[in-house]
Amino acid sequence: MLQIKELVAEIEGKQILNGISLNIKPGEVHAIMGPNGSGKSTLGNVLTGREGYVAKSGEVLFNGKNLFDLDIEERAREGLFLAFQYPVEIPGVSNMEFLKAAVDAHRKHHGQPELSSFDFMKLARETSKNVSLDAAFLKRGVNEGFSGGEKKRNEIMQMMLLEPQLCILDETDSGLDIDALQVVANGVNAMRDGKRSFIVVTHYQRLLDYIVPDYVHVLAGGKIVKSGGKELALELEAKGYSWLEGEVA
Amino acid sequence: MTQSDFKQHALELAQALEPHDALQAAAVLQALRERGAEEFARSDWPGRKSEHWKYTSLLSMQDYASASWATPKAALPPTAALADIEQTDATKLFFVDGAFHVEASDELPAGVTFFSQADESASAVLKNYLGSIAAGVDASRRNLFTSLNNAWLSDGVLVHVAKDAALDKPLYFVHLSSVSQTSQTITNQRLLVVLEQGASAQIIEHFLSADDASSGFVNGLTEIQVGQNARLHHTRLHLEHEASSHIGAVHINLQRDCVVEGFTLAEGGKLKRIDYQMNHCGPGAQLTLNGVYLARHQQLVDYHTTIEHRVPHGTSQEVFRGIVGDKAKAVFNGRIHIHKDAQKTLAELNNRNLLTSNSAEVDTKPELEIYADDVRCAHGATISQLDETSMYYLQSRGIDTAQARMMLSYGFINEVMEALPHETVLRLLQAHLRARFIEESPVE
Repeated sequence: MLQIKELVAEIEGKQILNGISLNIKPGEVHAIMGPNGSGKSTLGNVLTGREGYVAKSGEVLFNGKNLFDLDIEERAREGLFLAFQYPVEIPGVSNMEFLKAAVDAHRKHHGQPELSSFDFMKLARETSKNVSLDAAFLKRGVNEGFSGGEKKRNEIMQMMLLEPQLCILDETDSGLDIDALQVVANGVNAMRDGKRSFIVVTHYQRLLDYIVPDYVHVLAGGKIVKSGGKELALELEAKGYSWLEGEVA
Repeated sequence: MTQSDFKQHALELAQALEPHDALQAAAVLQALRERGAEEFARSDWPGRKSEHWKYTSLLSMQDYASASWATPKAALPPTAALADIEQTDATKLFFVDGAFHVEASDELPAGVTFFSQADESASAVLKNYLGSIAAGVDASRRNLFTSLNNAWLSDGVLVHVAKDAALDKPLYFVHLSSVSQTSQTITNQRLLVVLEQGASAQIIEHFLSADDASSGFVNGLTEIQVGQNARLHHTRLHLEHEASSHIGAVHINLQRDCVVEGFTLAEGGKLKRIDYQMNHCGPGAQLTLNGVYLARHQQLVDYHTTIEHRVPHGTSQEVFRGIVGDKAKAVFNGRIHIHKDAQKTLAELNNRNLLTSNSAEVDTKPELEIYADDVRCAHGATISQLDETSMYYLQSRGIDTAQARMMLSYGFINEVMEALPHETVLRLLQAHLRARFIEESPVE
């Protein structure tokens, strides 16, 4: 589904990713762990196409298409989704309006008619239940005044509505209490259908107790320094990241 | 032709007006007209060096240097927005090029009368308030177009709400301009609202152009007296065609413990200048004013607001937001003047601007003048572009650039509009603005 080959990327002229290769097949869950500043969030932003995150060399194929040929919105419509570490507050634009615009953009891309306001409202209410968000949040400004946990649940709700093929969760566990963590993890697990793939970016092993990965990769100094199965996460939790520092050099 | 040709012409128009023969109010109106003409004649024509017209050029007024009075049409001209306006649950009064349109309008509620029809008691109200609320401005800051409105005064509407009474529905003034591009015409419009002690009212003034209308100059002046413990919601909308000009003002006197909530929105035009002058005359009054301005193409929009705190314990909250694109220009001048006796005043002013093009211009100037030592006062003004992170967030959900821009622009001002108490007016504005932003962001 996603093939990353020797990806080198920079932000404002500063090289952050130093040659990353990763192959993600349909249905797989890959965890990417690593210390702060290792390039974890950069990877997500480069993949989604955020302005200022520039791929200098290497290649990324998403379902056989060169990802860098597509605009941000095209990548999204093709099935790439990034759950933000810090979801953005947009006062004045209602959550409902935002979600409908996003869903309609996806539907249009796939040759489907836009949903009527009534049908969308129904769908949005059902989905909000699945992430334990009160339907009242639909009327509020996008993420406006939401708590950290509510913002993250709103991200998962968007993921459910947009039904992406590849979901990147960027430190979705940060700032969550254990209840919210479970809601988020349940939401993700409910979407694991054997075809949809996930990249779970996290600093801590905790989230991986709930979303059990097939592979764990350690990112340090902009490179993947170690890959393994889910046991690697436990090893990292016990030993920290410092024992891998040698492998960066 | 020079600028002063307009001034000369304006005076000639004033002199050529028929003398007032109103039933009771003739003497009041005639005196005000004469005073206005005299003050206007004495005023210097403002140029670039004039503080209050520093960023807004009056050069284009020369286009009206041989203009005539607009002549009202018999039928209501076709206007797209009318269908929405008619749905509003309000007492609607229609004016076409300044003239009252009886057939289209609802019946005048009690207390609403034309100056020309004023009976003895209405005439007494006019004598007390007409012209004197607007005259409360420092001589050095007086706007000569207020004098001109007096000089041109032929008729107007008085809304007088008696002690402890309430208008049962919002009063909706629809000012339609039907003037086409081929003729340059002038309309003088005047409203006086007097709320006695404990009275309450909601007033909407909506200026717009008929579908095939484009030009014309309107001088619209509104004076409002809000009595002790009275409550007012006032809305003033300027959605005229961009080829037209409007120089107008709203003057509000706030008496003890009254509550005034205001909302105003203006789209830019050839020349659009609106002054808000609000005076805390009695202690403990609460004022909020929310405003939105939008300018594109080569439009100009200019809001000058002044809040005078002369007495203690008054509060003022003012929020203005503007979006300026293309080669348009917006001016915002927000002055708060806290006199030395106005202790315990709480005043806040915030102005945020969104620039959507490199050639657009915003001149924003908050002015604080504080002579009391125990007050809380805050002000801020910002000019920025669409937030890059918000754009990215929307795009990362599959929303294209044009729609994302539209949504963010709309959201920026929708935040200020949401407090409007008139649901149908809010819907009308939201639909109008959505259409406008979609037009500005054509889908790729």
